[in-house]
Amino acid sequence: MARKKIREYTNLKEMVTAQPWLGNTKLVVKPDMLFGKRGKNNLVLLNANVEQADQFIKERMNKEVDISGKKGPVTHFIVEPFVPHTVEYYLSIVAKRDGNTISFSNVGGMEIEECWDHVKTLDIPYGEPIDAANLHELVDSNTSGREFIIQFIRNVYKIFEELSFHFIEMNPFTLDQDGKPFPLDMRGEVDECASFKCGSKWVVDGEPIQFPQPFGRALFPEETFVNDIDEKTGASLKLTILNPNGRIWPVIAGGGASVIYADTVADLGYGHELGSYGEYSGDPNEEDTHKYASTMLSLATRNPDGRPRALLIGGGIANFTDVAATFKGIIRAIKEYHEDILKANLHIFVRRGGPNYQSGLQHMREIGHKLHIPIKVFGPEINMTNIVSMAIQTIKV
Amino acid sequence: MNPSVTSPEMTTPRVEGHLPARLFTKQSQALIYNYKEAAVQRMLDFDNVSQRDTPSVAGLIHPGAEGGFYKAFFGFKELVIPVYNSIADACESCPNADVFLNFASHRSAYQSSVKALNQPSIRTVVIIAEGVPENEARALIALAKKNNKVIIGPATVGGIQAGAFKIGNTAGTIDNIMACKLYRSGSVGFVSKSGGLSNEMYNVLSKNTDGIYEGIAIGGDAFPGSTLTDHALRFEKLLEVKMIVILGELGGWDEYGIVEALKSGQITKPVCAWVSGTVARIFPTEVQFGHAGAKSGGETESAEAKNAALKGAGAIVPSSFEDFANVIADTYGKLVAAGSVKPVEEPNPPELPLDFKTAVKAGKVRKPTSIISTICDDRGEELTYNGVPISNICQEQYNVGDVIGLLWFKRQLPAYASKFIEMCLKLTADHGPCVSGAHNTIVAARAGKDLVSSLVSGLLTIGPRFGGAIDDSARVFKEAYDRKLSPEEFVEGMKAKGKRIPGIGHLIKSADDIDKRVVILKNYSKEHFSSSQYLDYALEVEKYTLQKANNLILNVDGCIGVLFLDLLHSCGLFKKEEIEEIVNVGYLNGFFIVGRSIGLIGHALDQKRMRQPLYRHPWEDVLYDV
Repeated sequence: MARKKIREYTNLKEMVTAQPWLGNTKLVVKPDMLFGKRGKNNLVLLNANVEQADQFIKERMNKEVDISGKKGPVTHFIVEPFVPHTVEYYLSIVAKRDGNTISFSNVGGMEIEECWDHVKTLDIPYGEPIDAANLHELVDSNTSGREFIIQFIRNVYKIFEELSFHFIEMNPFTLDQDGKPFPLDMRGEVDECASFKCGSKWVVDGEPIQFPQPFGRALFPEETFVNDIDEKTGASLKLTILNPNGRIWPVIAGGGASVIYADTVADLGYGHELGSYGEYSGDPNEEDTHKYASTMLSLATRNPDGRPRALLIGGGIANFTDVAATFKGIIRAIKEYHEDILKANLHIFVRRGGPNYQSGLQHMREIGHKLHIPIKVFGPEINMTNIVSMAIQTIKV
Repeated sequence: MNPSVTSPEMTTPRVEGHLPARLFTKQSQALIYNYKEAAVQRMLDFDNVSQRDTPSVAGLIHPGAEGGFYKAFFGFKELVIPVYNSIADACESCPNADVFLNFASHRSAYQSSVKALNQPSIRTVVIIAEGVPENEARALIALAKKNNKVIIGPATVGGIQAGAFKIGNTAGTIDNIMACKLYRSGSVGFVSKSGGLSNEMYNVLSKNTDGIYEGIAIGGDAFPGSTLTDHALRFEKLLEVKMIVILGELGGWDEYGIVEALKSGQITKPVCAWVSGTVARIFPTEVQFGHAGAKSGGETESAEAKNAALKGAGAIVPSSFEDFANVIADTYGKLVAAGSVKPVEEPNPPELPLDFKTAVKAGKVRKPTSIISTICDDRGEELTYNGVPISNICQEQYNVGDVIGLLWFKRQLPAYASKFIEMCLKLTADHGPCVSGAHNTIVAARAGKDLVSSLVSGLLTIGPRFGGAIDDSARVFKEAYDRKLSPEEFVEGMKAKGKRIPGIGHLIKSADDIDKRVVILKNYSKEHFSSSQYLDYALEVEKYTLQKANNLILNVDGCIGVLFLDLLHSCGLFKKEEIEEIVNVGYLNGFFIVGRSIGLIGHALDQKRMRQPLYRHPWEDVLYDV
């Protein structure tokens, strides 16, 4: 299918030599990014020639747009042939626990949500071949191009399975001059965990697919750094920066506990002070924990303004993570950021249990004492989230 | 072209409750695939404090291994656990083990789990790996359903039935098990996604109730093998469970199954529930939480919506996680007041001996070491020789002489000394196939012995008569020189005692047929050593002995011996006592041993390369005088 992704934009007209269809086809241009409501924001150009398309992209490339309150520059466009059409269909496939659900409607397009009662669904139990399913129930007899559409759905379903999609949606797709289905817009999600099996098939224009970031924010270098460590180890390390000027910074062990710590900060009315969401888990080694803690300390101690700040070194009672070993990495980072911690008026609150927690906590107390850093250290004798209110008391002052 | 959200109503799970109520008993046994040693020991320690009669680990599976046994402690006793190389073998040999605990990685968990789900003796498969592809998880779910099996996980630590059976690393160390009284039954059924939080909640529950009857962590993935709802329905059916505690999480619709079950009357026991992730509403953009299944998707997937739905269906929902413990204590208090919970009998769990490693880490024991090492350290990130990291040794072009300096003399030797050591190694590397060492090596190699046996066979000839005279010559020349004996006094003194002078004399070489090796060594020392007192003395001795016979020359051993004395004295790195010690301990034969090993290995390889048959010494070369 002729379609061109525009990344480093110079001039669309120059691409005509390599992509002759651009010069002799009517074109559609629209952003290729993770946001919707593009028509409503004047970001879609239909039935254009290459000069018009070029002009359209130039006027909008890298300009900031506001999509439902999320702001960011438009950086990626897609250019494809314009297909004159009268009908618009809707198709989606969603992976669920027991199977995949196919949804189809012969009233697709922008107003799909308002027309949801036209949508028919069919559940295909996991593992059952699509060729055995009766799709005639899904696409009723007065649908034009019915048999072509049914074959099309089967093919999309096979690709869905083969490439480990989690979700795929075409809204709308239409029929071209020959009556064959043609998607006008589509989006999908693949299961990242399947990359070791399907990665070689996730290819766009001959290159491995690049997963886009959520619209409205660029990644901070610290986030990229943590992502990189996360990918290299069997352990899990996550970081999303919420507010670089926040005064509460969590260094939390555990996917479950990290959510609860963030909840508690918000529940107590200090969500606006929460610097980030993140977690480390799966028994990361001392080196990775050190890198993670250093990143967090560098964020938490930036631009000191004299007002008190809090670092939460929290977690539940670990099953198998060696608390003393992971704390070693954190303590090394604290030593290295000693001056910055004092300058930033950063108070540290520790709560943790699990294998070797006693010696881990003891080392934390000792380092606080030795470096004159304000640090409070607790084990399972207090509730996991108690340190949150202590931290808030401190930064309130 | 507005991306739309799939209607959530359609994805609410039907409440099926197809899992058996009882998964574990005090007799349950597990097979552990790709076993982790710590997990095995923790299960057995739990067994001990729970006073189980049989260990909960029946066998271990190590694919591709030759089988054999693995030793672990069962209380004070050591237990021998069989190791199998295939799942089928393990199941056949241990028909009573119905739990399959799978520690395979996310890449291979699928294949091994499929095999386990197809074994008739296995009822429950626990998958630990995080990052199993969704399609594989769904295929396993479909297979489990077909075969009537239960899956816990993926991406979980497992679960525990207090006082009966513990999966892998669940509930952590033995101190935690003791502190939370997990060695005996309570009356709470607990289920959550998170393994870490489960353990946290066992602690909370032990403080606010009589503790758990059973706790399950279903894992953080989008498609867990069994769901919160599945286990809540099991707890409803288990008579010992008096109240159900659920810790949910934003993302997915699993909690709505519990809502339905409460509404339809399938669950009648009190349910305390909290769904975490209320913070998502203040996040400016989509955030990837720690669990793959935790996504701030549509409105119905939010923590608020799920908490509200649970509350609406009759669950007891706190105002925040901090309040959860109070709500639980309150609910439990009502059950006690109503007489539905009887006070538990408190057993006396047997004391468990501390694991030695644990005790050392905790600083609770000390023990004299059996071995001392002062030359190198392999414990850190990088191997060091006498404190020098191996990367420096390779990058900075240390030669073998320098390495010997570090490992034998524990010094960074000056370049001329290291080079001298290397020269000694080169000169002694080989001396033809006829010397005793090489001969022995050749005979052994031709007898079909391996390289090390052949080498050692040759090395074992090194001694007072062959190559082993360096230390002795250093000793005698040092003593004679230090005692200021004249060459004559020295030689005649030795003769009077009936002793040969080590380092003097050669079978073949003589004053007319000088040993080139000795010449090279002498020349090098003249050029580089700042003193040559011992060599000069030895040469005086040689002059005297040559008067007695033409072959009583200072040989290569003797030359190395005295030159080393000169080197040690003149380089300024060694104290007098240290030199005494080097000579007395006997460092110097090491040069000949290391050097000649090079040649002996060459001879062994040579024989093998030439396909030489077994050597038999000819009769005619033996004088039979019988």
